Amino acid sequence: MTERVRPSPADEGFRQELLSVLPHLRAFARGLSGRSDFADDLVQEAAIKAWTARERYQAGTNMRAWTFAILRNHYLSELRRSRRQTDLDEGVAERMLVMEADQEGPLHLGDMETALQKLAPERREAVLLVGASGFSYEEAAEIAGCPIGTMKSRVARARADLARILDGEAEGVEVKTRKAG
Amino acid sequence: MPGLPPEVRKDGEPGWAGGLRKLYNSVVDEPLPDSFKDLLKKLDDSEDD
Repeated sequence: MTERVRPSPADEGFRQELLSVLPHLRAFARGLSGRSDFADDLVQEAAIKAWTARERYQAGTNMRAWTFAILRNHYLSELRRSRRQTDLDEGVAERMLVMEADQEGPLHLGDMETALQKLAPERREAVLLVGASGFSYEEAAEIAGCPIGTMKSRVARARADLARILDGEAEGVEVKTRKAG
Repeated sequence: MPGLPPEVRKDGEPGWAGGLRKLYNSVVDEPLPDSFKDLLKKLDDSEDD
């Protein structure tokens, strides 16, 4: 049903903007899922969805926020799909994904990433959006589809959880973000 | 700053908060893996498809 259209300057502009946010989408997806291969699949699928829906994007608005919301929704639907496939109830599927990330350890980013994966999914998302990606509470709330107050409380709880986890694992913790050589 | 615990910076931000951003930025700074070439091609080709 898609009409064949010539590349318009608007499409080209969109494409450039989309390409420029891919690294951020990868970082967000990696933080959400804790698995780099899964994260990259999510990003690619989200990018295709964004491209397909590009007519709904209002130029001059926030491409990063718009694509983060697409990725986040896609991630949740993948979790739900995984739940259907394995006939598990909600929460279990999410925990499984998190535990896989913990146990198999294809993580290269050290203690912080491990701690991040121990958070409840909605808190992890919140602290990634606000604490790592630099979105305002308002933008993050919009991406996550929740009230600002909820976002603020999720971020606060995530921060408290992270502090507790990291403090609990090592006194006077020095966060290792990467086992650099 | 003497007197501050090592995990708290002088602006009141805990050290791990910087770690979280470093973690995020370390992925942002990675070059896109080869698997993305197909995506880039799709975006290129999709105008004619």
